[in-house]
Amino acid sequence: MEPKKTALYDTHINLGAKMVEFAGYWMPVQYSGIKEEHHCVRNSVGIFDVSHMGEFFFSGEKAADFLQKMTLNDISKLQLHRAQYSGMCYDDGGLVDDLIVYCFGDTYMAIVNAGNLQKDYDWLQQHLAAGVELEDRSEEFSLFAVQGRHAEATLQKLADIDLSEIKFYWFREGVLAGEKAFIARTGYTGEDGFEIGVDAARSPAVWNAILEAGSEFSIQPIGLAARDTLRLEMKYSLYGNDIDQTTNPIEAGLGWITKVDKGDFVGRDAIMKVKEAGPSRKLVGFEVKGRGLARHGYPIMKDGAEIGVVTSGTFSPSLEKGIGLGYVNIPHNEIGATIEISVRGKGIAAEVVKTPFYQRPY
Amino acid sequence: MNVPDDLKYTAEHEWIAIDGDSAKIGITDYAQCELGDIVFVELPGVGEQTKAAEPFGTIEAVKAVSELFAPLSGEVVEKNGQLEEQPELINTDPYGEGWIIKLKVGDDSEVANLLSPDAYKNEIG
Repeated sequence: MEPKKTALYDTHINLGAKMVEFAGYWMPVQYSGIKEEHHCVRNSVGIFDVSHMGEFFFSGEKAADFLQKMTLNDISKLQLHRAQYSGMCYDDGGLVDDLIVYCFGDTYMAIVNAGNLQKDYDWLQQHLAAGVELEDRSEEFSLFAVQGRHAEATLQKLADIDLSEIKFYWFREGVLAGEKAFIARTGYTGEDGFEIGVDAARSPAVWNAILEAGSEFSIQPIGLAARDTLRLEMKYSLYGNDIDQTTNPIEAGLGWITKVDKGDFVGRDAIMKVKEAGPSRKLVGFEVKGRGLARHGYPIMKDGAEIGVVTSGTFSPSLEKGIGLGYVNIPHNEIGATIEISVRGKGIAAEVVKTPFYQRPY
Repeated sequence: MNVPDDLKYTAEHEWIAIDGDSAKIGITDYAQCELGDIVFVELPGVGEQTKAAEPFGTIEAVKAVSELFAPLSGEVVEKNGQLEEQPELINTDPYGEGWIIKLKVGDDSEVANLLSPDAYKNEIG
């Protein structure tokens, strides 16, 4: 099937992006180069097109109850204009997806991974009860992330609301560069910044306005490759790499969003069993000590025995060394544990380290 | 993309500078651009043998790892030691300071299999 195009496709081509197929869309993987783009976000500000991601809307008198049953986090804690990182599990505790839920009063929006959009929709539809309406409005929106220490100053020039009033994991509705937008102080980079939803048809003008507003900070467009190195330095999970239907939230380090005391939800029984018995493995961050890089799927070894598997690995442009995430059997998950990554048959030394790998200096 | 006229090429995006029975080898501008930021290069030791079309090393870029395929059979007589500390030379100067290894050509007849600059240009469209 020919990949779909976001509203920004031509804009990316004109910016010189290298385009790749990702989750059924043509997406920019890189513009000027991974390292340069990475440092641009860490040191100033960058803009990402993440319009491939899905937007589901939940309305009706039972919308909150339905989300409470379907997601891991506690919806009762969510109030108007708050956002909440959450997940969905199958009955066996395996993850369907990770997502962010936004509260618009009686209506809720969930932003889901593009690669899981249809699967998520079907899963939600299967469980749909009376009094809830579920609507997939993904095609209507473009989603941009503006990330970096100068994100607020860049967007404030274009916004009719005071962005400094939006706290981390809150959002507002306003007008941005003349267009209606929701503006959330969220992101996937570890920097301060915002994620913005605007009408897809009118979004190229908004993108261009942001590039112009950020020009005094040397803003750059950032591709998916740098998005990956940025999120990996923060140990943010990527569905399909670090979490999937075979991983449960406890071993994935997502216990903090899994509110087992909130009442029943899909997957709770299985998750309780894992919590009671203790997980057999944990997702850890490691630094590669030897020469080479860890990659998804490489075995993790200790004294000749396989004790785990790499789920993500790259060269960290901020730390200038190889880093990665992987599941390791307990007790090899302890900070400081020495492990080996089997890189094409050769053992390379690595050490389990505290995460996030990177902490912003402001 | 820069494809110098005085070099030979392979479909695996390597360039070869033939000088008598010695062949200096690197990857093309196109290849370094496709790979992106290079962070490690793993090379055979001096004295090891290469076999045409077989892997002789690997290049780790930030986003992926790729194998290097030997354009010719022969013996490694020199490798670019600078790449140990500065693998990014392959990105910044693929035909110059970013050269990778030098071989003593083992079988002259294989040289005829290498691509001309025009043939390589066709290869990369």
